[in-house]
Amino acid sequence: MPKTVFSPSIDSRPTYPGLVSQGAVPGIMVADDAGAAALIDLATSDASVMDRAHVLLIGGAETTATRLGNLTPKALHSAPDLEAAAPLFDSLLLDARMGTQLYLAGSEGLIGFATARATAAGLPLDAIQSEHRGPIGRRMKCVHCKGITEDVLTDPFTCSHCGLTLFVRDHFSRRLGVFQGVCVDAETPGDIPETVEIRA
Amino acid sequence: MTMQFNDETFRGDYTFHNSPEAIRRFPFPFDRDSYAYSVNIEQHPGGPAGSPFEFAFDVDEHYVAEMNDRAITLADDPMRCQSLPHMELAGWDLLELIMVSKARDYPELFSLSRDGTSWHWINKPLGIEQRFTFLDATTLPCGPLEYITRQAQGDFALLHEREGNLWLDAGMITSQADWSLDFDVGMNFFEWHAPVPKARKMGVFDKALKFLLAVTQEQSYRRLNWTMTVNPRLDTSPENYHKWGPEKRTITPENVGAKQFLRVELQTFWRLPRSNALAFPIRCYLCSLEDLASQPKWARRLHRVLRDIDPDLAEYKGFAVNQEMIVKYLAQFDDGAETSPGIFPD
Amino acid sequence: MKKLVVKVTEVEALSPLVKRFRFEDPKGAALPVFSGGAHITVEMPEGETIRRNSYSLISDPYDGSAYEIAVRREDMGRGGSRYMHTRVQVGDEITISAPANLFQLDLRARKHILIAGGIGITPFLSQLRQLDMEQKPFELHYAARSRAEAAGLKLLPEAAHIHVHISEEGARMDLGAILDGQPLGTHVYTCGPDGLIKAVADQAARLGWPKTAVHSEAFIAPPPGEPFEVVVRSSGQTITVKADQSLLEALEAAKVEIDYSCRGGACGRCQTHVTACDGRIEHNDHWLSEDERAEQKTIMPCMSRFKGARLELDL
Ligand code: HEM
Ligand code: FES
Repeated sequence: MPKTVFSPSIDSRPTYPGLVSQGAVPGIMVADDAGAAALIDLATSDASVMDRAHVLLIGGAETTATRLGNLTPKALHSAPDLEAAAPLFDSLLLDARMGTQLYLAGSEGLIGFATARATAAGLPLDAIQSEHRGPIGRRMKCVHCKGITEDVLTDPFTCSHCGLTLFVRDHFSRRLGVFQGVCVDAETPGDIPETVEIRA
Repeated sequence: MTMQFNDETFRGDYTFHNSPEAIRRFPFPFDRDSYAYSVNIEQHPGGPAGSPFEFAFDVDEHYVAEMNDRAITLADDPMRCQSLPHMELAGWDLLELIMVSKARDYPELFSLSRDGTSWHWINKPLGIEQRFTFLDATTLPCGPLEYITRQAQGDFALLHEREGNLWLDAGMITSQADWSLDFDVGMNFFEWHAPVPKARKMGVFDKALKFLLAVTQEQSYRRLNWTMTVNPRLDTSPENYHKWGPEKRTITPENVGAKQFLRVELQTFWRLPRSNALAFPIRCYLCSLEDLASQPKWARRLHRVLRDIDPDLAEYKGFAVNQEMIVKYLAQFDDGAETSPGIFPD
Repeated sequence: MKKLVVKVTEVEALSPLVKRFRFEDPKGAALPVFSGGAHITVEMPEGETIRRNSYSLISDPYDGSAYEIAVRREDMGRGGSRYMHTRVQVGDEITISAPANLFQLDLRARKHILIAGGIGITPFLSQLRQLDMEQKPFELHYAARSRAEAAGLKLLPEAAHIHVHISEEGARMDLGAILDGQPLGTHVYTCGPDGLIKAVADQAARLGWPKTAVHSEAFIAPPPGEPFEVVVRSSGQTITVKADQSLLEALEAAKVEIDYSCRGGACGRCQTHVTACDGRIEHNDHWLSEDERAEQKTIMPCMSRFKGARLELDL
């Protein structure tokens, strides 16, 4: 699946310009199964980018892990999901020095989650590169109950925590790595617009 | 003259009311008969005696009730006050600015004595007396930002300057026009303004940011912003939208004069000394259409502004659904006469 | 703009070329406190004109009892520093601006690295005190040619994380060693000659440091140049800007109202609309974007100059 091209939006909505090799510098790479293809493209453009890179594959198939292993990164780690990957990711960040590059590839949820954690650990935003691959599901935060619903594909959607019907905004918080969901029928309870699939 | 504080509420039975004096000093935001976004900034403090522009931080008849309303909101949702770790120093700067200003401008209500870092603060209207050590947060019941803004009307944002931008890294936000601090904290000037229609393309935000970055300790500034609110509600937050949203649809031709409020924000900008952060207090004033109509100039002008406003702005400000009823109500006060320049009543 | 009138209470030679000045309120009132890295603008009346130079504050930022600055005599410069060295005496009253800061610490940083060359030590002296109070980890590296010239030595405390590099003694600063292997969230700040600022930026870039973690403050003084003429639109008046004068200074001397703060092309205050331009504006500021420069529709009079037939300003 190629790099996703998103339609223009408001200034808080992140864009994912794509991965560009910074050479054989210390690197941390985080990708899901779809994002792994972006890492493979990156290594194809410059094999040395893997020399000092820790690759963290999240929820990837066995075959994907094998293909990434063939790129001979400094280390290859796997975790079933974002929550499970967090402690390892944090410890990589803790050991990292200035000059470390972070490469993120895959879903918006993954990119948002990893960006938020990395900046909280002190990594400046301009040391982070990202490329969107795969489904366009969004990580949505309910502004009312604060609960997060992963991989939202429709607008409106039902908050998985409080059950309100939420409208999908483009307003995005990098600190939290989430889009904002706001009650769609607040003024006229029960009057809910037709559900549509969200667009890229 | 000692100030009388209203016994009133901003939710439930909504007993909020303006005295005739409060109506006359209401910061009406329109200096002409039309409205478009602009970089409408002037020096602060300074203005006619008795106006809300006279002092650094205006204290009026709603003070005690507004502080009670803030306490209710915070008890329900403590995340309305947040400060990222590097912003504590800015919190102290703000505490100093507010305490010094209030004790100077309202000596019958507030007093501050300082002996080095040993400070003694008395807030008579709220019955608070506090001795504490300046810059030592363990000597206050909560952080400096929360402590002082529980005693100051209006919302407060503290902005950290870096990378040629301002970052919304701390705030106390309980009377906002439908935006969430918990969501926006950590954003930069363009990110938190992203939902505003048109203004970025007009260059308003680029100019405003450049201006704000150049603000120094020597001079503070203000601007007015406005929206429309049904019922005198301070907490029109997105967090509670599902609770106050239905009230927006209760406007009828009969009750629009009493229930529909013009909501004005007196926003000020202050460069803080120790942190070099920028403080952005957002003071909210409410006035019903009925009360505004007691000033013929305001009623005429408001009618023209709301009738002719860009539909995108009416939608963004959230009053498009009631616009027709509002304009029809105001039309009865508009005889077509010319209005005088400036915001003050004739 | 609110000015402060202060009394000179101490003048001390720190080195053959650098003097320290202490200013206090004439009645002993507290001066506004400030943040590490802040500067003030000092007014120097000379005949008809008032020259204004900006200097970093070197005293304790949270202490309002006095301000201190250190001034290096630049005989090739525009005369401001010579004025401070030869004319200003203890007991004089002088006019200064309130503090403003264009070189503040990023208080989010996990660690701060401060790199000073020569008189570039000055903004760090107030920052050191702020870092001490905030109890933030830092390293300071101070490079000077010789001990005699290193005016900062008298002002720096002895401390393990303060390193002095005297090139005459063979102790050159090794930027690679300083920047390599620093923990995530470290910020580096440089103040000194352009060459040092560039060397730090290049070294940081080679080590993959992101730009937002690399800060610098060049000495802020308008460059001299060829004399030129400018027309004030409202009055039609033609003003000559002398070689050693900035456009801002020439406008002020001609009593044209104009706002300013930093006088170093960084704050944006003096930005002025250009109504006619037949020639080329030499943009020396750090404020305008590339596009704005190319348009030639706006100028920063505190720093920038002009070459050509006609420049008309919307004043
Ligand atoms: C640095 C201090 C400032 C802060 C913290 C701030 C914050 C905000 C926020 C949170 C919003 C609501 C955005 C939303 O819908 O989610 C807003 C709206 C807006 N802001 Fe600011 N702002 C600041 C300064 C300014 C300045 C200097 C201007 C000058 C032009 C400005 C112009 C506007 C406008 C035009 C809107 C739309 C308001 C409406 O139509 O009701 N802001 N601001
Ligand atoms: S005075 Fe600061 S840019 Fe000119």
